[in-house]
Amino acid sequence: MNKKNVIEAQNLTKMFGDFTAVNAISFDVKKGEIFGFLGANGAGKTTAMKMLIGISKPTSGAAKVAGFDVFTNAEDIKKNIGYMSQKFALYDDLTVKENITFFGGIYGLSRKSIKEKSAVLIEELGLEKVASKLVGSLPLGWKQKLSFSVSLLHDPKIVFLDEPTGGVDPITRRQFWEMIYKAANQGTTVFVTTHYMDEAEYCDRVSIMVNGKIEALDTPKKLKQQFNVANMNDVFLKLARG
Amino acid sequence: MKRFIGFIKKEFFHIFRDRRSLFILFGMPIAQIMLFGFAITNEINNVDIAVLDHSKDATTKEIINKISASKYFSINQFIDRESDIEIIFKKGKVKAVLNFEEGFSKKLIKDNKATIQIITDATDPNTANTISNYVNAILQQYQKGLNEDITIAYQIVPQTRMVYNPELKSVYMFVPGVMTIILMLVSAMMTSISITREKELGTMEILLVSPIKPIQVIVGKVFPYIFLSIINAIVIVVLSIFIFKMPVQGNLFLLGFESVLFIITALALGILISTISATQQTAMMISLMGLMLPVILLSGFIFPISSMPIPLQVISNIIPAKWFIIIIKGIMLKGVGLQYLWKETLILVGMTIFFMGLSVKKYKIRLE
Repeated sequence: MNKKNVIEAQNLTKMFGDFTAVNAISFDVKKGEIFGFLGANGAGKTTAMKMLIGISKPTSGAAKVAGFDVFTNAEDIKKNIGYMSQKFALYDDLTVKENITFFGGIYGLSRKSIKEKSAVLIEELGLEKVASKLVGSLPLGWKQKLSFSVSLLHDPKIVFLDEPTGGVDPITRRQFWEMIYKAANQGTTVFVTTHYMDEAEYCDRVSIMVNGKIEALDTPKKLKQQFNVANMNDVFLKLARG
Repeated sequence: MKRFIGFIKKEFFHIFRDRRSLFILFGMPIAQIMLFGFAITNEINNVDIAVLDHSKDATTKEIINKISASKYFSINQFIDRESDIEIIFKKGKVKAVLNFEEGFSKKLIKDNKATIQIITDATDPNTANTISNYVNAILQQYQKGLNEDITIAYQIVPQTRMVYNPELKSVYMFVPGVMTIILMLVSAMMTSISITREKELGTMEILLVSPIKPIQVIVGKVFPYIFLSIINAIVIVVLSIFIFKMPVQGNLFLLGFESVLFIITALALGILISTISATQQTAMMISLMGLMLPVILLSGFIFPISSMPIPLQVISNIIPAKWFIIIIKGIMLKGVGLQYLWKETLILVGMTIFFMGLSVKKYKIRLE
C-alpha cells in the first residue's frame, strides 16, 4: 500500500440480490486530502461509504481504510475513523457536555483527555453559554458544527461526512467548510459526500458516481476542462444525463 | 468496561429526562395494581336488590332479614306488582329481584315446599351469576337451620373447601396477572422503543461505526430496564403483600429468580421487536398488539385457558406470560418450590434463548 494513501479501493462491489448498488469502483484517497464523493440520490454513494466505514460487507473487490482491510479488520478501521451522518446524530436530550463526554467515552478516551478536549471544543465553537443546555434546544447549524467536532474528538485519521450540510444556511455552510479545511490542514483526511455542487469546488479531488459506477474522478479544475464547462454543476449534469 | 458504564449512564439520562417513559415505568405499575386490586373485582358488595313479597309472613320476613344482614346485599326497595320488576331493572340500580310466592309460610309447612324466584339483571352475566349463587347459599343455610332437628334417611352432604384462596379474593388472581403485564410492558415495550429510537434518530448508525461492539450497545440499552423492572417487581409484590394482604407462601428468592428470568424473556422479545421495526411507533404497536393483548386474553390471567376452544389453548402455549403466571401463582399461593415448577421454568429459559438467537440472526442480516 502506498504510504500516502489512506483509502484504497479496488473493484469494490455491493449487490443486494440482483441489484448492483455499487459496481466495481476503484479509487485512492491521499492523506490530508479533502475527497468529494458526488452522485445523485440512489447513485450508490451511501452504500459505498458504508462499506468503507465497516458497517456493510462488500460483495466482492478489495478495500483498505487507514491501512486495514474492510473484510478482516473492520474493528480496527472503526477506531481510526470519525463519522457524521446526514441525519443529525447527537442526543437531543443530553446536554452539550454530556454528548461530548458520551462520545469521547465510547471511543475510549480517558476522563482527563475528555475534559481537556471538551473545554477546547466548547471554546472554539463559542458554546460556553449553552454547554449545560440540552442539545435539542440549539439551532441546527450549531448542532451540525458540534456534531462535526464530536466526530473529530478522538483524532481520527479519516473523517467520513455523509451530506453534512443538508438543510443548513449558506453562512453556516461556509463556516462548516472552514472547519473542514482546518481539520484537513491538521492532517485529517476528509471524505465527504454532498449534493451541493458549489461545495464540490472546495474539494481537492472529486469523484462522481452514476448508477453505481464512478464516471469521473479528478480535481475540480481538470474535470471542468475535461468537460469544457464553467462549473461543477454543469460537469455533474453532463455526466448524469449521460 | 468504561465505555459500557458511560453507555448505561447515558441510558439513564434518557429515561429520567423523558417524563412520558418515567410515567409508564413507575406510574403505571402502581396505578394498575390499585385499579385491579380495588376497582376491578369479581366479588360483590352491597348489591342493591328489590323484594316482591306476595305473602309478607314470618318466614319471608326472616329470609329477607337474613339477606339484608349479609354484607353482600342491601335491600333497595319493596315492590308490589310483577310489572314493577321490569321497570326497576330498566332504571339499572337494582341488580336482582327476589319474588316470594303467595302463602310462602303456609305452603312450606303444609307441602314442605315453597318457591322463591331469583331474577337477576344479566346484562353483566358474571355478576348475575355470583348474585344468584350468593342468594342460594344464604337460602340453603336458612333451610339447614329449619331442618336441624329432623333426620333425613339418606343424605349427601357436600363439603366444599376452596384451597389456596379460601375467601375467593379476586386480588389473588389479579396480582400475578398485573405483575406479568407490567413486567412485559416495561421490559419488552420500553426496550424495543428505546432501541428503535436510536435507529430513528440515526444515532444507532454512529454507534455501529464507533468501536463499541453491537452486543455492548444492546446490553447497554437493556441493562437499565432490567434494573427498573426488578424495582417494579419489588414494588408490586410489596404493595400486594401490605395493601391487599396477598400471601407469599413460597420462597421469596425463588420468586425473585423467576421474575428476573421472565424479565429477561420479555427483554429478548423487546430486542426482537426492535430488529423488525424501523420506527418507535411500529415498535409500540407491535408491542401493544403482539404482546399485551395475548398476555391479557390468552395467558389465563382473566379467562381460564381450560375453557378456551382447543386452537386457542394450543396458541396459549407459546405465550411466555402463561408460564410465568403458573409459576408466580404456584409460588405465592401454593408455596411450591422448583421441584414443581421446573417444567415451566425450562420453557421460559428455552423461549428466551430462542428469542435471543432469532434477534442476533436478524441483527446480523441487517448489518450485512
